[in-house]
Amino acid sequence: MILAWMIIILLLGGVGAWAANRFGALWSRSLSLVALAIDLALALVVVASPNRESGTGRWLVQLNYNWIPQFGISFHLGLDGLSLLLVFLTLFLGLISVLCSWNEVREHVGFFHFNLLWILSGIIGVFLALDLFLFYFFWELMLVPMYFLIGIWGHENRIYAAIKFFLFTQASGLLMLIAIVGLYFVHGRATGIYTFDYLQLLGTSMSPAVAMWLMLGFFIAFAVKLPAIPFHSWLPDAHTEAPTAGSVILAGLLLKTGAYGLLRFVVPLFPDAARVFAPVAMVIAVIGILYGAMLAFAQTDLKRLVAYTSISHMGFVLLGVFALNGLAMQGAVIQILCHGISTGALFVLVGALDERIHTRNLDQMGGLWAVVPRMGGVTMLFALASLGLPGLGNFVGEFLVLFGSYRVNIPLTVLATVGIIFATVYSLWIIQRAFHGPMREYPKLRDLSPREVGITALLIAAIVWLGFAPQPVFNTARPSVESVIQNLSEQPQSNPAVVGTLGSSGQGGTP
Amino acid sequence: MTAADLIALSPLAALGVSTVLIMLIVAWKRNHTLTVAMTLFANVAASALLFMILRQAPRQVTTLLIMDGYSLFYMGLIFAASLVVTLLSYSYLERHSEQREEFYIVLLLATLGATVLVASTHFVSFFLGLEILSVSLYALIAYQRTSERSMEAGVKYLILAAASSAFLLFGMALTYAELGTMEIARMSLRIGGEAPSILLLTGLAMIVVGVGFKLAVVPFHMWTPDVYEGAPAPVTAFIATVSKGGMFALLLRYSYQAGLSNYGSLFLLFAIIAVASMFAGNLLALLQTNVKRILAYSSIAHLGYLLVAFLAGGSTGAAAVTYYLVAYFVTMLCAFGVVTLLSGEAREAEAMSDYDGLFWRRPGVALVFAAALLSLAGIPLTAGFVGKFYIIAAGVGSALWWLVVILVVNSAIGLFYYLRIIVAMYKGASSEGHYVVPSFSVTGTIALAVLMVLLFWLGLYPAPLIRTIQSSVASLIS
Repeated sequence: MILAWMIIILLLGGVGAWAANRFGALWSRSLSLVALAIDLALALVVVASPNRESGTGRWLVQLNYNWIPQFGISFHLGLDGLSLLLVFLTLFLGLISVLCSWNEVREHVGFFHFNLLWILSGIIGVFLALDLFLFYFFWELMLVPMYFLIGIWGHENRIYAAIKFFLFTQASGLLMLIAIVGLYFVHGRATGIYTFDYLQLLGTSMSPAVAMWLMLGFFIAFAVKLPAIPFHSWLPDAHTEAPTAGSVILAGLLLKTGAYGLLRFVVPLFPDAARVFAPVAMVIAVIGILYGAMLAFAQTDLKRLVAYTSISHMGFVLLGVFALNGLAMQGAVIQILCHGISTGALFVLVGALDERIHTRNLDQMGGLWAVVPRMGGVTMLFALASLGLPGLGNFVGEFLVLFGSYRVNIPLTVLATVGIIFATVYSLWIIQRAFHGPMREYPKLRDLSPREVGITALLIAAIVWLGFAPQPVFNTARPSVESVIQNLSEQPQSNPAVVGTLGSSGQGGTP
Repeated sequence: MTAADLIALSPLAALGVSTVLIMLIVAWKRNHTLTVAMTLFANVAASALLFMILRQAPRQVTTLLIMDGYSLFYMGLIFAASLVVTLLSYSYLERHSEQREEFYIVLLLATLGATVLVASTHFVSFFLGLEILSVSLYALIAYQRTSERSMEAGVKYLILAAASSAFLLFGMALTYAELGTMEIARMSLRIGGEAPSILLLTGLAMIVVGVGFKLAVVPFHMWTPDVYEGAPAPVTAFIATVSKGGMFALLLRYSYQAGLSNYGSLFLLFAIIAVASMFAGNLLALLQTNVKRILAYSSIAHLGYLLVAFLAGGSTGAAAVTYYLVAYFVTMLCAFGVVTLLSGEAREAEAMSDYDGLFWRRPGVALVFAAALLSLAGIPLTAGFVGKFYIIAAGVGSALWWLVVILVVNSAIGLFYYLRIIVAMYKGASSEGHYVVPSFSVTGTIALAVLMVLLFWLGLYPAPLIRTIQSSVASLIS
């Protein structure tokens, strides 16, 4: 029941925050923080005492109720290591986004927090759902409030960006719905059991052609969210126009639902089709890495620049997932977490800068370090994280992904590594253009306020921790990754050479 | 005809008797509230009688009508919709018209016509029901005699409906000439397996013209935007729901019980109509700036979606059609309820600019409208989502891949214009210069609140309704 409560509390918190606005904006903000804090406490309770309910195997907790029995749809939630990590990321970035919009959002504060909390509950629902219908339900549920968040509180071109975002994700989501229903009928006709339950649908046998089509339905929906080339064009607009909290959630969490979908659904449900498709996906991933990095370098809008870096970094996730071995998948998982934190941090900083100098244009910046040194230092750290400096989390993720994909495809790995060089260029470019160089005339600027120092300190702590001691993350994610790999290797034509997971002794975790 | 037959017909009789009673009372004393109360009572009483005769269902009453689970379900739906329309009309007519009471007499008659349609098993009852419905609608659409647009819409509907009725009659005659019967139960025996003659196909195609006109599917949709725009908002709600729903129920019954699905050419015809309706409805809606016209084109597209489920056939197809119709009823009534409530004395709230900044001025009603639009778009939490899911499930189950993909593409196109209205509602500050929203009537607010609850209830917990529908359509299949 605890899992359902995590979702319900955020939904109720959203309604409460909206209603509380009549007593003052501070009430909405505090209520949102309280709701997120309660959720965080619940998540910790699950970690402290797993298997309290019907949790078995790799599932720490499960919850299963009949919902629409006529279709074999149940309200089935489950939490395993992978979900747990992503739920923590969601709540963490949720807290950050409430805090970072403390001063930025001044209009319709109640409705803003309503949307924020409803997006978060939708995302948590996506990470917990073990019924495909329920999964789709949450998948679509988070779109509407996100659409409002961009469309109401965004920047100049917000309505265009919001509609584009909504159309891309909705249309691709419907393709996934067709694939889900298709899988439902394939499984039902083969076994006589018509169900949307994920655990029962695992291992459905079908002809390769059917499997490929169904897998593509899922893959396109997730590739749009990820985003992978050529489905990425909504992302720069949405990220650029969204308010800071919106950008943090988009980059930090929404993109991760795509990655999660690949790991949780595409590979386990269609292992053979995934194996056949893997080379294509890896090529798409490498193109994304290079293309995103090159376009990032060409931007003058700082927010847009960071948005393009997301495409590049998420390419590593795609590469890691479709390398189809344990190392790369572990790398993908940690890359998901680190990218959420580092890009979230960059968006927070860009938002803070925009609040002060009212522009995001790099051409109008320069020499900021002298005026706002604390901000400069923090930006420097996250720019370094983004370029993959050892000691910060992103390095671990990218390294493991490349390590894993090297075993599968050397040329592509080499090309992907070139992407890291590009990342160095654009990351240093940000620092160079905004913080160094000739100083411009600025009105009196405030450096980071105590609230902002608090936010960035949390983010720095997280990224450094992931950089130096990622082993707890590996341990948490291992059962999930292992089961995916095992599912792959059970198939007859599998190649044992590419099967390998990180040992429990922890070797290979921190290279 | 026995006493039991009469009891079985009691819901229809109740409507007829109430109509006469109200007419007499209006002749004696005009009182708007009293008339509305009687109309509401008539609908409630008729619905209560449905439960009473549920135990003896199915019962064939003469060769004309059948009272089985299927027709009882649709009757309940129609009565409920008529009840909501009555509540909306009350708040609308309080502001608009001098002669208010006759409206309800005609409204009840139109309801009766739709009820006959859903129970019809014979060409005669088909035509009778259709004409009762159509003739009442002429009067309802043109009810505001002082409004030029209302008159224009009424005349337009009159001419086109009369023409389509002529087609229908001719088609029935040809079918009768070929099959020698007007009862659908007997038709199924004669239709059999062999290829249909040209005469029979022509007859069936002409019947499709008559049916297609009422459903407003492409290419028989031309009247829809003008009539939707010109008719009083509650009447538009009635046309969008009861009139189309009644006809669709009849189409479903005839096609299932006469075994029309055996004919590949008819399947192809309906598939073309479905695809054309989806595309034409959604693409033309993009070009509109009038909310009532947008909803008109959107309803054309929705009938296209319904046809996909209809073509899927089988018990899943019938259940999907029925579920989608219920969701569509709730949603459309919600949307037109908002338009009704916002309409002032001088004019209706139909221009897109009337909705500017509504979110910040009247958040409650804006939220209801947004929910209705999202339900039309098929977004989760709402009834429309489960409806769309049901249709996709039916389509995929029958391997109608192309139709399902086209439906999905159209859903994405449809989002554009639903979002445009939602954008209008939140953009623009709450400053002056906007359309002045009148104060809301109590009846309208109650109706909207109930619809809103239903909209989310059906989206969140559809299991009980699905169970009811599955048992209702079972009588259609056997």
